[in-house]
Amino acid sequence: MSMSSQTAGATPRLHLSKDVVQVIYRLLAAGLLCVVLAVVTDSFLSTNNILNVLRQASLLFFLASGLTLVILSGGLDLSVGANIGLSACLAATVIKATGSPVLGTLAGLGSGTLVGVCNGLMVAKLRIPSFIATYGMLWVLHGLTYYYMGGETIHGFPPGFRQIGSGYFLGIPIPVYLMLGFLAAGTFFAQRTVWGQQIYAIGANPVAARLCGIPVDRRLILVYAFSGAMAGVASLVFLARLNSAEGDIGEALTLPAVAAVLIGGASLFGGVGTVFGTFVGALILTLVLNGMNLLAVNASWQPLVTGVIVVLAVWLDMIGRRRT
Amino acid sequence: MSDHALSAAQPRPRLPAIPGVAIVLVALALVFAAISPNFLSTGNLSNILVQSVILLLLAMPMTLIIMTEGLDLSMGAVLTLASLVLALTVVSTQSLVLGLAGAVGVGLAFGFVNGWLVSSLRIPPFVATLGTLGVAQGLALIVSDGQSVVGIPRFLRQVYSGETAGIPNPILIGAAFYALFHVLLYHTKFGVYIRALGGNRDALTLAGVKWQRMLVAVYMLGGAMAGVAALLLTARINAGHPTAAIGMEFDAIAAVALGGTSFERGNGWIFGTLLGVLTVGVLRNGLNLMAVPSSAQVAATGALVIVALFLDGLRSRKP
Repeated sequence: MSMSSQTAGATPRLHLSKDVVQVIYRLLAAGLLCVVLAVVTDSFLSTNNILNVLRQASLLFFLASGLTLVILSGGLDLSVGANIGLSACLAATVIKATGSPVLGTLAGLGSGTLVGVCNGLMVAKLRIPSFIATYGMLWVLHGLTYYYMGGETIHGFPPGFRQIGSGYFLGIPIPVYLMLGFLAAGTFFAQRTVWGQQIYAIGANPVAARLCGIPVDRRLILVYAFSGAMAGVASLVFLARLNSAEGDIGEALTLPAVAAVLIGGASLFGGVGTVFGTFVGALILTLVLNGMNLLAVNASWQPLVTGVIVVLAVWLDMIGRRRT
Repeated sequence: MSDHALSAAQPRPRLPAIPGVAIVLVALALVFAAISPNFLSTGNLSNILVQSVILLLLAMPMTLIIMTEGLDLSMGAVLTLASLVLALTVVSTQSLVLGLAGAVGVGLAFGFVNGWLVSSLRIPPFVATLGTLGVAQGLALIVSDGQSVVGIPRFLRQVYSGETAGIPNPILIGAAFYALFHVLLYHTKFGVYIRALGGNRDALTLAGVKWQRMLVAVYMLGGAMAGVAALLLTARINAGHPTAAIGMEFDAIAAVALGGTSFERGNGWIFGTLLGVLTVGVLRNGLNLMAVPSSAQVAATGALVIVALFLDGLRSRKP
């Protein structure tokens, strides 16, 4: 009701601490979910299940961490799921053809990044709204992948390659280490580098960012390239874990990835959010889906629940923004 | 110069100077006619029209939604769910009316939720409808238990394959709804509001118009049309299937984009959407005749949309 006496100068300092508070709330929510699941089900606290949750969360996090940067910049990348499909199939082909996991890895990362660069060019240079440009890209990739695979499956990869998806080190799945590595790198990039801070600035106010001399177009292309590259990483880990590649491999992952970022507190309007928040978001979503699984809820309910969570997360964000 | 101010007060369909989509359509038709001798046969041309009707039923409300600076990504999933509800109802009750009521009811419910999320909660349309896409997809899997619904009675199949007065039923249905949308957009107050919603929402607020309700109505119209399209889809594939129309909203968005309706400026053109639908139909049909797999057709449609959006962007930057 009454006018706020806050001065504009105080906002930047408050900004960070508010982010921290938001993340603490989300960590508490994740903890609460764990307690509830531990009480309601017998198998939740088994070592196997905990490791399973972490491994599933890691797959989601690879995809969602790249997407976080896109959403921070005020855009959206709906092509990440289809990008996994294409990158996984290309990587699988290269591994089969050359027998070299290294070349396959390069192919997967390369195709993912290339798709991301194309997205970035469409958004930055052609000025197509990001959600519709990447949505068009989704169907281009979907069509290309199905055309390329022709309904075939490629399976059976060298054990060395499969380690990155199904291997363990000190009793903990390798993807979990990868997740922690990307979490640290992503957090450092977003919070502690000039480029990362410029991405926040672009998301908060693209016009002001341009006027400040930030090379907006180049940063946007970079952000989409990151998102594509992370889809490439996810495709490799997925491929190594499933030990087979099919055209529809990543299709069901787009909605959960968007959900993880939004649960993590990033705002669709850009400029607000953290990579760590997305990590917690991926954890929360995985816990919910894992809990449904343990409670023997039919898997058909998963897209429904994820859809509701997406809408709820955006709505809560909007309420929070209106109050401040 | 100042005459523009006067003519702007008198809303009427604004025709682009060069309807690019018409050129694309004719060019595609000429190419396919040259490559495949069957393309120009009466049978095939009638085929294109019949097969385009379902898309037209989705693309017309999508045009209105996009004109309000909105988007409905849930349309394909809602169509799938409506088709399953229709199939289940018709198979168990043998009543076409009940089945259609169920399908349209499902569509209206989703349209209401979409409109409410967008207008009252102010959630960006693409993410609100992405959420309801997940919900509709989940419900489709749940009501069908992942199985096809078979045993569609003959009278339902007749809706798609039958003829009235020598004209295939789908063409009559498509023509009737086209006329309805034309009147709705260009000859009613509702149409005026829809065009204002895209360009100047504040003006509507200042004029005392409750535009939130209009927005809900636009999304409900989209849902209802998905319900009507479910009738044709179920009759066409002779079954209810939990993934029958997944992604069909993309063809609708493609047709709208090709038709020259702008995603950023909110000015749309229902005849352009008809041309866009025919362009997608001709493209799919021609590629089919050339035995190009449907997966490659999807990729081609996606590429066509990106090109159309790019051209739209060029046009909007050059006022």
